[in-house]
Formats: sequence, C-alpha cells, structure tokens
Amino acid sequence: MTAVWRQLSPSAKVGFAMLAVFVIAGLFGPMVAPYDPTAIDLDHRFAGVSAAHWLGTDSNGIDTLSQLLWGARSALTISTTVVTISSATGLVLGIVAGWFEGATDEIIMRFVDILMAFPGILLNIAIVATVREPGQAVVIAALCANGWVGYARVARGQVLALRDRDFVAAAVALGAPSGHIMRRHLLPNVWGPTFVQLTFGFGTVIAIEASLSFLGLGPQLDYTWGAMLAQGTAFVWKAGFRGYVFIPGIAIMWVILGANLLGDGLRDYLDPRRVRRA
Amino acid sequence: MSLGSFLLRRLGSGALAILGVCVLAFAFLHLVPGDPIDHLAGGEVTPAQRAKLEKCMGLDESLPDQFLTFMGHIADGTLGHQCPDPANKPTVAARIAEVMPHTIALAIAGMLIAMLFAIPLGVLAAVRRGTWIDTFATVASLSGIAIPMMLLASLLLLVFFAELHWLPGPTETGVAALILPALAVGAHLMAMLSRMTRSSLVEVLGEDFVRTARAKGVTERRVIYVHALRNALLPVITVAGLQFGSLLSGAIIVEKVFSRPGLGLTLLEAILERDYPVVQGTVLVIAVIYVIVNIGVDIAYGVIDPRIRRA
Repeated sequence: MTAVWRQLSPSAKVGFAMLAVFVIAGLFGPMVAPYDPTAIDLDHRFAGVSAAHWLGTDSNGIDTLSQLLWGARSALTISTTVVTISSATGLVLGIVAGWFEGATDEIIMRFVDILMAFPGILLNIAIVATVREPGQAVVIAALCANGWVGYARVARGQVLALRDRDFVAAAVALGAPSGHIMRRHLLPNVWGPTFVQLTFGFGTVIAIEASLSFLGLGPQLDYTWGAMLAQGTAFVWKAGFRGYVFIPGIAIMWVILGANLLGDGLRDYLDPRRVRRA
Repeated sequence: MSLGSFLLRRLGSGALAILGVCVLAFAFLHLVPGDPIDHLAGGEVTPAQRAKLEKCMGLDESLPDQFLTFMGHIADGTLGHQCPDPANKPTVAARIAEVMPHTIALAIAGMLIAMLFAIPLGVLAAVRRGTWIDTFATVASLSGIAIPMMLLASLLLLVFFAELHWLPGPTETGVAALILPALAVGAHLMAMLSRMTRSSLVEVLGEDFVRTARAKGVTERRVIYVHALRNALLPVITVAGLQFGSLLSGAIIVEKVFSRPGLGLTLLEAILERDYPVVQGTVLVIAVIYVIVNIGVDIAYGVIDPRIRRA
C-alpha cells in the first residue's frame, strides 16, 4: 500500500485527499452539524453568513452548513452502495462471460447491449419515474440497474486477454475447476482495472444522483446536494442569495474532481506506458 | 471478419437492442408495485371510472395481449394515445414529433460547439506540451468534467442573459437562443474530446511516419496539421459520434433549466403527470435514436478501419 502511494503522481494524491475529506464529512459531518437539516425556520429565510449560521440559511430557513453535511452523508451512502453493488455484479458477470464464452457470453453481452442502448441517465430516470416518491433505496436500485455494465465489459475484456496466458493454461492442465480459476487466477488480475473504474464511478454516481435530485426525481430529501442545487438555481435571481448555489455546486465538483484525479493517477500507475507517452 | 458479415452482425445486434428497449419500456409500467390508475387519477375514482380508464389504457387485457397492443402502437407509428380521452388528444407520436426537432437541434449544436473548442484546445496542448497552454487545457477540461450541468446552465443564464443581456433567455427557441443551452450541453463532451485530442496527437507525433516526414524536411506546421492531425482525429471523431446519446440525456437537464421545449421537457412533464404512454414513448424514441446513431458510427468506422471489425 505504501509502495503504491509513493509511486502515485502528486495530482492523484490531491485527488485521494479530496475524496478522504468527502468520506470524513459523510461519516462524521452529521454528528457535528449544528442544526437539524429539516428544521424549518421561516423567521430566518435567506439569511446571510453569521455566527449562528456559518453558511447562511435557505428558502425555508434551514441551516445551509447542516444541509451540506447531511448531504455529504446521503451522497456517501448512495455512492458507496451503488459502486459496491455495481462493481461486484459487473465483476462476476464479466468474468463468467469472458471465461465460459459461447452462449453464456452471448446472453450476458446482449443484455449489456440493451442496457447500454439507454443513453446516460435516461434509464435511471425511467426507473425512478415509476415510483411516486422514490426513497434512497429506489435511487440506489435505479443507479445499479445499469451501473454494473461498464464493470462487466472491462472485466470480460481482461479475462479474454488472460485466457491465453500460460498461468491460466497451467491451471487448466492441472485440472483446476472453473470456479477456482475464476476466483484465484482471473479475479486478482481483473481487480486492478476494476478499482480504477470504481474510483471514477464515485464521481459518476454523485453526478447522476445530483441530476436526479435536481429533476425532482431523487431520494425526496431536502438536503441532498442535488436538491440544494435545484433550490439554488430556482432562487438564483434573488439578490443576496446567489452564493447559495455555489455551496452544493462546489461540493459536487469537489467529489467528481477528486475521483477523476485519483482515477487518472491509478490508471497511470497500473499502465506506466501511458505516462511515458504523455 | 468480412465486411458483409460485420455489417450483418452489427445491424443484428442493433435490432436486438431496439427490441430489448421496447420490452423494457413496456415493462417499466408493469414492474412497478402499485396501480397506474391510482397514479393517474390520484386515487379518487368510482369503480365505473376505473373500469373506463382500465379499458382505455388496455389494462383489462392479459399481459401478452397488452404487449402486442404496445408493439402495435409502435408499428402503426402512433406510439399510443393519452387516456382518459384519446379521441380529442394528439397521439403520443404527434406530441413527440412536435418537440423532437428542438432536442435534435440542441444535441447537434452541442456537438458542434464541443468539437469547435475541444479540437483546437487539444491540438495546442499537445503541440505546446508542458507549457502554460497545456496546463490551462488540463484545468479547463477537468473543470468541464466536474461541473454539474445544471449549475453551468444556470450560471450561463445568469451571466449572459440576466446580467449582460447578450443572449436570449429561457423558453425561447431561436438560433441565438440555442447558444447557451448548447454550451451547457456540450461542456462535458468538450472536456472529454480536448483530452482525447491531446493524448491521441501526442501518441501519433511519436510514430515512425511522423519521424519520416520530419526527416524528409517537411515543415513542422505541415507535419502537425497534415500528417499527424489527420490520423489523430479519427478516434476523436468516433468518440464524438458515440457520445451523441449523452448529449440527448444532457438535453433533459438543460431543457429543464432553460424551460426549452424538447424531448427532455416532455418526458419530465409526463413523469410528473404520471402520463405513462408519453413516458414510454419518449424513452423509446430517445433510446432508438441513440442505438441508430451508435450503429451508424460503428459501421462507418468499421468500413474506414478494418481492424475494428475483429473486436
């Protein structure tokens, strides 16, 4: 682990630090949040920065800092869950498709094709739209529904390349069962690229979740970053309240930027040729 | 793989994807727990009204029959009708046809703007590698990737419409009114393409034929812009084509911010009104455009570069 850290580029370390701040804010933020993120206080709407409200209040008088910290919790919960479920599903299906080839591969990959026929967040919107008041679980399910596809494609590609390697041929010759080969020989070799993808995935999930919340299709909470952004853009015309929109905006950019910097760095670490080319 | 079998295979998988999209679009309505009639009517219906609505929506038929009806509406080009009063309302297809040109125009404008900025920026960054221009390009593309589209769209509106009065604002659909939404929708692609152009050109500049050209005494300008750039742009343009669909889904958000008529706004309104035939219709149309564009790009690329056919 320390060896990896030493070889990472400075920008990847910055990305790691940015993600670490996000994780810490998500884990401990709600504990130190000064107010309840749902406590409406109509006497103090659109308040500016003050000692009582460090980042001011929103259109309902809710403390912005508390919203931000609880929003970090929501974003962390959703992104971690979605990335974990998606990558695990994608890894298993991708390795199975690449290893068994033939009919298994065809079925899995045609299914992948169909899911990929929906551009970007369209499938997520379509799924969330079927429920009247989507909770966090529905949003997570919608994001996982096509989230695994990318992981499956990468894992399958890796396995197709690994199939012809000598250590796999040796395992087959020794009579190792498929399950053993997939678990002990293929999985460890597919894990690297998956981890890179998983890092980028954090950014993607945050962006999609924010978009869904912005469209009013997120986990019906007032304090998700997307919902804050929707509120900020709705009131962006209101003098004195313009700064509000930047608070969730910067939070979202922070995570996406951190994920991209770390993802780029990890990819370069795993494929040093890329660095020499660049 | 021969060209013929490559074409057949690609078209076949495209047709299968479109069929799958139809099944999924149909399934959304039926997978959900709860009753679409309750959603539609808000739960306050008499049994007679309920029966009438069910009949209108075809929910009294068996599931396979409903699917056949659904496919029939696709085949006859109406994409279904809106209940409870189908005769006096336009078909779903008519509603979609009315707004579709706006979304297509937005996506194409977004694509043009993205390429217009991305390619020169990427080329400059590659040619002047390690200088401040390169750093600027990196920062610009990272910001383009990270900024949420709804924030960018609102900021563009705030600056260029509300403050400077340079460009038209929400709900307008003229050519000038296309600029801000197209910038918002294309920013992400712009960032992606400029990074791709840079790395692709850097790679090509290291290849043997470039060295040969330089050795022959070709001017550096000609080496970069004629010999190298042509080769470097092929993957960039392919990716741009394949990203057309992401512009369509970006349009959903941008149309909402700008209250701009289009497929996205129609979809969002239909979702809020629980108007399932319109939801299914728009989802279907967007997905089918996406599949067709992707197959087109794939085939074009496969014809140009035979190596692609093997994958």
